[in-house]
Amino acid sequence: MIEREILIEAPAEVVWSTITEPGQMSQWFASRVDLVVEPGAHGYLEFGDQGGPVVVEVVDPPRRFSFRWNHPRGEEPAAGNSMLVEFTLTPEGEERTRLRVTESGHELTAWPEAEKQRYADEHQEGWVEYLDRLAAVLGKRQPG
Amino acid sequence: MTAMTVQADDELWSAIADPSRRGVLDLVVSHGEVSASWLAGRVPFSRQAVSKHLVALERAGLISRRKQGREVLYQVEADRLDQAARAMAQLAAQWDRRLAAIKRLAEAAQAENKNRRPS
Repeated sequence: MIEREILIEAPAEVVWSTITEPGQMSQWFASRVDLVVEPGAHGYLEFGDQGGPVVVEVVDPPRRFSFRWNHPRGEEPAAGNSMLVEFTLTPEGEERTRLRVTESGHELTAWPEAEKQRYADEHQEGWVEYLDRLAAVLGKRQPG
Repeated sequence: MTAMTVQADDELWSAIADPSRRGVLDLVVSHGEVSASWLAGRVPFSRQAVSKHLVALERAGLISRRKQGREVLYQVEADRLDQAARAMAQLAAQWDRRLAAIKRLAEAAQAENKNRRPS
């Protein structure tokens, strides 16, 4: 799972518009956004000459917004065949918002259900941190 | 799958997603060359489970084996591990760039709102 966050000098409502309005999304995300931000809505994201479907999951203004993407064409996106992107907005005072994004699913595609559940149940250290730590140990053990 | 994001390697992720398997990989990484029986003495699960984990890690290309006399020794494939770490860091960097763009847009919109507001 990828997990990143940033502190923004603007109220949550303003950040919410930036991340959910298709006109704004096309400025930070895809080159063209064809999407109605409603739970269950199917849309399309275009990235230059590539693109793919997206399905909205949670729309809870101005706190939570999530969607699934990168699922195989012709399939309904679900846990196991797609990436889940979740935005969480946390107000810090009147005019400041902490925006957190997670993208999960890299590790869950093509997995048996039971294993997925077990994975979800256990608290995991972040992927980036885990791999960095291993690479660091490796670097120390093999000088040069 | 479309190529909208840097695609991670399914086999590799599922190999290291299992916490027990990560424990085995941790031991191989920190000790260099080790045998399955050496590993079995250091983890809280059976020798058979250790063998299964080693097979999965080997299939994902994260470790390799060589024979030394009667023993089979396992070692980490540093390049493959490095490649995995880089792929993940690249995905994280992609989201960092998007978040930075969101911050820029939201803060510009906020500045505009303030200017419009009668003081």
